[in-house]
Amino acid sequence: MKKLKTNPGRLSVASFWGRHVPHQVEAPILDVSGVTVRYDGRAILEDVSFRLTAGERVAVVGPNGAGKSTLFRVIAGVLHPTAGEVKVAGHGPGGHICIAYVPQRSQVDWTFPVTVAEVVMMGRIGKLGLLRHPGRKDWEYVRQCLEVVGMADLAGRQIGELSGGQQQRMFIARALAQEAELMLMDEPLTGLDMPAQEDIFRILNELRHRQVTVMMATHDLNLATERFDRVILLNKRLLGIGQPEEVFTPELLREAYGGHLRLIQTEDGLIMLSDTCCGEGF
Amino acid sequence: MNGLVDVIVGPLSYPFMVRGLLAVVMVGVVCATVGTYMVLRGMAFFGDALAHAILPGVAVGYLLSGGERGPVFWWGMITAILTAIGIGAIGKGARIKEDTAIGIIFAGMFALGIALISTVRSYAVDLAHFLFGDVLSVSPRDLGLTAIFGGLVLLTILAFYKEFLVLSFDPILAATLRLPSTLLHNLLLVLIAVTIVVSLQTVGVALMVAMLVTPAATAYLLTHRLLPMMALAAFIGALSGVVGLYLSYYISMASGAAIVLVCTTFFLLALFFSPRQGLVGAWVRTLRA
Repeated sequence: MKKLKTNPGRLSVASFWGRHVPHQVEAPILDVSGVTVRYDGRAILEDVSFRLTAGERVAVVGPNGAGKSTLFRVIAGVLHPTAGEVKVAGHGPGGHICIAYVPQRSQVDWTFPVTVAEVVMMGRIGKLGLLRHPGRKDWEYVRQCLEVVGMADLAGRQIGELSGGQQQRMFIARALAQEAELMLMDEPLTGLDMPAQEDIFRILNELRHRQVTVMMATHDLNLATERFDRVILLNKRLLGIGQPEEVFTPELLREAYGGHLRLIQTEDGLIMLSDTCCGEGF
Repeated sequence: MNGLVDVIVGPLSYPFMVRGLLAVVMVGVVCATVGTYMVLRGMAFFGDALAHAILPGVAVGYLLSGGERGPVFWWGMITAILTAIGIGAIGKGARIKEDTAIGIIFAGMFALGIALISTVRSYAVDLAHFLFGDVLSVSPRDLGLTAIFGGLVLLTILAFYKEFLVLSFDPILAATLRLPSTLLHNLLLVLIAVTIVVSLQTVGVALMVAMLVTPAATAYLLTHRLLPMMALAAFIGALSGVVGLYLSYYISMASGAAIVLVCTTFFLLALFFSPRQGLVGAWVRTLRA
């Protein structure tokens, strides 16, 4: 995989309205404190607090309706919490364009008339600014981003022609084009086969070298245990954050999944049987 | 061969035909370009409602001026922009669903427009012109207004092409890139409003939605990329206008209806025979499989 050249224009952020804030070097990349989201009086998230350091890879695990997507939207600054606050590198998320949200595949209109390269270019328009059309340098940057995810040869494809794994990798390339430092991935592995999942983890390893912090919502406790630095167990409240063996305890898992879970103690460890199926939105 | 040339050139000896042709080409291009975003964002019903809802404004201009064109244009423009923004604000916090609210406003405004125009004795003819268009009575001044405002719409779309694209494809990305989404959305609504007013004389309010969405939907069936889709939609819109106008000249058919019928024919052809997405192709593939 090729290294992406650092963008020379990185420090002079050409913004749409010229109001993007500089990062505070000493502040954690993400600081969520007391975030509560209520909708029609119903609590979706309650008093969620945690901190991430730059370059960390964290899995967010919880049953359907646990508020994983809502948490991501609050962190991305797309949804305002009812209470509490989110700080990204020391400032509210609303001033940043360095947060990438990778949507669930089911929420994308795959018949939309755009090519892979055009979708990746969308990540750059925050840097391009108003009234400027992408030039040769910008397309070159997009090509490099596609190379990182191994899709340079698919640049001209309509997005509907991609496989599930390629669709996810395209969105990772878009996050690269955005020069994202915090990437929120909403169940990217749902419906992908093992080789496609491996491809994504290979790219995430590459992102770790660039100090990109990744939060991934997933239903797969095995992957969460094996492939992430820390895990977050969420069900409206934050039930645990830390090493998988500290968080995935029978007590906490039962609290998160309630009656939908059967835990079996074996010689190899804990086996968890769940009948909550598939991703949200499917 | 001479016969065909005569068929095409013959009507051009009438200045009203030349003006009409220029008008339908401009309107076809502007409507189809704006309509591309409408098709991709599912805004056909909004466009139809907005076109009908400007009738009271048009009526007031018509009553105040005693039938002059100029005031009709400006009153229509003000009503269209206010209604577009108003409809855009509906549904935010209201208890009624957005499409219901649009339906109520659209029918109410339309009725008000008809009521106003019906206070004039000769109303039937004038009402018909507002409803179905009267492209052969386009004056040089009308053409100028169409060119200026149509040009403004196209320039705005060109300027905000990538922002509108992101907003249509992925509103969450637009939000994380901190684009002013509400402002851009309202700008698009205003562009649709201006396009409708510019096209009023050509197709009228009742058939407007066809000029907006049919060419764009046809192009959507034929291409997988946005810019070619826009260009193709504009071409189909303009071509439908020209063919429709000639049809109406030779078989004396209402021009607005003729133009829309040509549009619809192009759409049906694409629906059945589009190389990759056509129904006939799909049918043949099923037979072979």
